[in-house]
Amino acid sequence: MKVHECDAREIFRRHGLPVPDWRVASTADEAAQAASAFEWPVVIKAQVLAGGRGKAGGVKLADSPAEAAAAATQILGLNIGSEPVRRVLVAPAVDIARELYLGVVIDRTAQTLVLMASAEGGVDIEDVAATDPSAILRVNADPLAGLADWEARQLGFALGLTGAQVRQFVGIAQGLVEAFVDVDASLAEVNPLVVDDDGNLQAIDAKLNIDDNALGRQPDIEQLRDPHEESAAERRARAAGLSYIKLDGTIGCMVNGAGLAMATMDVIKHYGGEPANFLDVGGGAGVEKITTAFELILEDPNVRAVLVNIFAGITRADDVAAGVIAARERLAQEVPLVVRVAGTREAEALALLEEAGIGAERSMDSAAALVVEAAR
Amino acid sequence: MSILLDASTRLLVQGMTGSQGSFHSRLMREAGTQVVAGVTPGRAGASVAGLEDVPVVNTVAEAVEATNANAACIFVPAAFAADAILEDAAAGLDVIVCLTEGIPVLDMLRVMPRVRASGAHLIGPNCPGVTTPGDGVKVGVMPWAVHSPGHVGVVSRSGTLTYEVVQHLTDLGTGQTTTVGIGGDPIIGTRFIDVLSMFEADPVTHGVVLLGEIGGDDEERAATYIQERMTKPVTAFIAGKTAPPERRMGHAGAIVSGTSGSATAKESALRAAGVLVGETPEHAARLLVDRLR
Repeated sequence: MKVHECDAREIFRRHGLPVPDWRVASTADEAAQAASAFEWPVVIKAQVLAGGRGKAGGVKLADSPAEAAAAATQILGLNIGSEPVRRVLVAPAVDIARELYLGVVIDRTAQTLVLMASAEGGVDIEDVAATDPSAILRVNADPLAGLADWEARQLGFALGLTGAQVRQFVGIAQGLVEAFVDVDASLAEVNPLVVDDDGNLQAIDAKLNIDDNALGRQPDIEQLRDPHEESAAERRARAAGLSYIKLDGTIGCMVNGAGLAMATMDVIKHYGGEPANFLDVGGGAGVEKITTAFELILEDPNVRAVLVNIFAGITRADDVAAGVIAARERLAQEVPLVVRVAGTREAEALALLEEAGIGAERSMDSAAALVVEAAR
Repeated sequence: MSILLDASTRLLVQGMTGSQGSFHSRLMREAGTQVVAGVTPGRAGASVAGLEDVPVVNTVAEAVEATNANAACIFVPAAFAADAILEDAAAGLDVIVCLTEGIPVLDMLRVMPRVRASGAHLIGPNCPGVTTPGDGVKVGVMPWAVHSPGHVGVVSRSGTLTYEVVQHLTDLGTGQTTTVGIGGDPIIGTRFIDVLSMFEADPVTHGVVLLGEIGGDDEERAATYIQERMTKPVTAFIAGKTAPPERRMGHAGAIVSGTSGSATAKESALRAAGVLVGETPEHAARLLVDRLR
């Protein structure tokens, strides 16, 4: 789950990061009013979960209430990614002497946290990683022990900071690791971390993603969920225990297991088709779940044919077959359907499908080839 | 021979009194696994239908003391699964198979140093388990019927995709030594390289099918290992070529971030290491069968 900048700022500030004051506005008038509380100029920033706000025109400076209102009007009219801007953040503009990057992520290889820092802040860190990986400094941090003073200090000196700045940096780096652990993050990032004209460090942006598996024990963070992060269909799928992601193709897919669901999309593509979605019905898929899955798939007007691909392990293939038959009757929609079932209670499933007049394929490759043909 | 499990495996099941735990414990025993104990805190003395002769105790330590169990299978909910792993590691078990999906990543980061220090092989979490058809041993939920004894090792980050490929191998008349589902989470106990090195050392295994997916760089690291150390043929399939970037595809670990973790990058790394990469899962199975002819 992604957290908005304004909420991430609050969390970072709680962990001692020097985040300058801000206000949030959802109209031009509110933005002008908020700006008047600060010294001019102010910066006005779109509050969206998508990246690339600056390039999309979602960040502007303003020198007067009129400019602030005009900038807010423009930004509130934007779509960034496919996301309409609903709110802006207003904060005093900082005179920037240097821009640094600081971020914490999971190091999957070392199986611990890694703090990444770069003297090249303010730009997309993945571009830096691609063009000049040596410009990114890394230090692993144990989630229980945190980051030692000396490790943070060493990193501060390596970034070219001096004296009091290094002491500030140690607090910031340790605070960011603490914040990460405190909220079960999967990414915590300050980009840029700036040195202002007076030589002080300030965190003028905040990015925070949360581990979805930990939201159950992070009720305060769950409250920060932006319901617009997911489409209505994805939200409905999540509530039904399905994993659904809409894509742009014409072949709807219903599969059990994430790996097989991805492979099914790939095999459709291999035979010349385009998948309309990723959909994992998970284990133990009953009639209700399968009906919801069908509804989600058929709500997409691009869908011209549907492939059901079930390899039953935990799931029973005959339960799935019964679900497919019941769902088809209930939906009464004439879209070509190709079913492939295998595994636990396969013979029973095939008998049920045959009785209902639904032909079934035994192999995934032949089923994919067939559904691609049907969707033409 | 085989890897991880054999006829000497004595299994305890954490969560055997639950519906999934009892159902799959019965299936594991039907496959031939010696299921020697169930562990559910507070339910000592409970009886599980179809497994009435298997004692249920409160702690893993008691189960080991009473039955000499040397492996564990974990069927407990995500909030308690990390603790279950720690209990197994502390009891000195050799193999811990954790099926649970949804364990917070930070819990796994806290667990892993202690698992490594214990010397146990942790398989998973978020995995279908391990099956050794020749010895009649399965730990986990893989469908027994698709397996057949033979000389191919299978290692995979996915569950159902594993069954898919094992079925193809069996249909092609090629049996398996051991199939290992290592799990779809970003932090797992046993990774491709660990399993590949076991297959390389196992004299009965003649070749390996590796089933990877988007996210992380374990496939790339496996490619390096295969190139430098492996003498046995390896074929592969990588799921997720059509997956959009920055979206988590069901598995917590299956996400392409920027340029890292893409299926294309993994396929190129494996091809460069001499691995034959299938266009479909069936193709990957066929490629290995052809190589072994």
